[in-house]
Amino acid sequence: MAGVVRGTLAARRRREVLLGIAILAFLAVLPLGISNVYLRGLIVLALLYAGLSQAWNILGGYCGQISLGHALYFGIGAYTSTLLFTRLGISPLLGMFAGGLFSGLAAFLVGLPCFRLSGHYYAIATLVIGMMAALLAANWDFINAAEGITISFHGESWADLAFRTAILPFHYVMLAYAALIWLIAWLIEGSRWGFFWRAVKDDVAAARSLGISIYPSKLAAAAISGAATGIGGALYAQYVGFIDPESTLDLSLSVLIALPAVVGGIGTLWGPLLGAAVLIPVQQLSVAWLGSAAGGIDLMVYGALIMALALARPEGLVSFFQARARKEAAGHG
Amino acid sequence: MSATLIAQVAIGGLLMGLVYAVVAAGLTLIFGLMDVVNFAHGALLMVAMYATLLIHRATGLDPLVQLPLVALLLFGAGVVIYRGLIARTLSVRVNAGMVQIFVTFGLSIFLVGAAEFLFGSDFQSINASFLGGRSLAFGAIILPWPLVASGIVALLVFLGLFLLSRTEFGHALEATREDHEAVALIGIDRDRVFGIGWGIGTASVGIAGVMLANFYYIAPDVGTNFALIAYVTVALGGFGSIFGALIAGLIIGLVEALTALFIDPALKQIGIFLIYLAVLMIRPRGLFGHL
Repeated sequence: MAGVVRGTLAARRRREVLLGIAILAFLAVLPLGISNVYLRGLIVLALLYAGLSQAWNILGGYCGQISLGHALYFGIGAYTSTLLFTRLGISPLLGMFAGGLFSGLAAFLVGLPCFRLSGHYYAIATLVIGMMAALLAANWDFINAAEGITISFHGESWADLAFRTAILPFHYVMLAYAALIWLIAWLIEGSRWGFFWRAVKDDVAAARSLGISIYPSKLAAAAISGAATGIGGALYAQYVGFIDPESTLDLSLSVLIALPAVVGGIGTLWGPLLGAAVLIPVQQLSVAWLGSAAGGIDLMVYGALIMALALARPEGLVSFFQARARKEAAGHG
Repeated sequence: MSATLIAQVAIGGLLMGLVYAVVAAGLTLIFGLMDVVNFAHGALLMVAMYATLLIHRATGLDPLVQLPLVALLLFGAGVVIYRGLIARTLSVRVNAGMVQIFVTFGLSIFLVGAAEFLFGSDFQSINASFLGGRSLAFGAIILPWPLVASGIVALLVFLGLFLLSRTEFGHALEATREDHEAVALIGIDRDRVFGIGWGIGTASVGIAGVMLANFYYIAPDVGTNFALIAYVTVALGGFGSIFGALIAGLIIGLVEALTALFIDPALKQIGIFLIYLAVLMIRPRGLFGHL
């Protein structure tokens, strides 16, 4: 019996990897068939958010700790890599890992007091800490306060991860990022840790009785999630070439990082990717089409969409596919 | 720095703290009643401020006269939000907590967008009100009347909430909060109590909005900062505790004003941040809360 369960589990995990490789191959050739620069940029952004949201999902989905302050880790990653590059000339290829290290550490430190709280208390604590950090950053002269930092451009270069006219390089950078975070999530799903975290999420008391130490489990999830988010922040800084507290630390960014996972399916392997594929184009296109003509409509569409999707599909868009898979399985049985 | 100046700043801070307390009271009332955090609370404050501005422009009614009107308006908005959105989130079976968070967040984004669409994102203000420009002098201490009146109205709101808790409805509220399934057995309609609870919570924030409209700028994102302070106030006072919100609001108003005076006005929120961290480390359930 246990062998059968393990057999189907191994088969499922093999199928996930095969599907992942197929999607990766598709996304690798996708931009070659698209000449529209705007559309290509949209895909780059969707890939970035697929990675960011998967990073959030490691803590929010698998471990069940809804963070509303992930912009903090994004911002720390973006600022660390950018400061190292602009002030010390250290390549972002290294800087992004320094950024990931700092943001992982920050997530760990934020977790120390916050994981003594649960549910809404935790969500509010992350929100308050995130907003406060944004306020402090906007008044901190060392990092140019609210003015922000412009990354000067010295020609297209992989060594500096700098591209202005070529769009294809960043497509592959973000694709590699999204794939890397997906792979981490996949490894976690199959590991002891993943099992621990899901147990912590589903039933804290039961997890404790199984001998799982809750607090260190949450801290580990937070550190991995924060580090993965920080790397994304560093990549974003190189992609856009300019960072300031509003674009890297704002509450709205914390929400945008969490939303693809929420919309696609929280605590699932494919939810963040699916959510980003749907949400980021809708959000960007509504800004592009409606935002300029009549300011505010884009936010109304975005807000209404969040309410509608959260209420209509609490289990996420990914459940459409799961329901079909289950039906097929039942048909075969 | 003279003692008069310090006293003046401290009293001003306490008065502003009373406004923070009323905003926080609405939030903590809803939370205490049904374990739902309203992330659209700041946006509702903004809605109340624009409502005051529009009614003032259309009819010339002074904000003070508008108090009952806007409070009633926001009460209605609260009931509608409960019926239309929150009641639905309560029947969600999977990821219920997450759905509540993102539904109220979505509502907040929607309302801010609507305000931007209708009124633009420029700062606006009510220039000619009955209280505007007047001040109250106690010897050398001079306080602006709009702020003094806000403090008085805030205290009246807390008196009202206290009296309400002693009425039959207040007991129903308390019972529903204790166990909303058991109260159904004695004929209390949960949805009715929750709906009115939302109404009272948003009416409180509406009253704060009217008083702020007297002397504060009005813009689509004006609520963000007040919401942030409200979360800290609620955390300090203890989630669900109205009395806690009053005490915490006073403390936060005072700390904010003194930080601005002694350190730097741009960093006045640092003091609030430090308070929040202290609460988190030392007493996560807040002063008067049960965790």
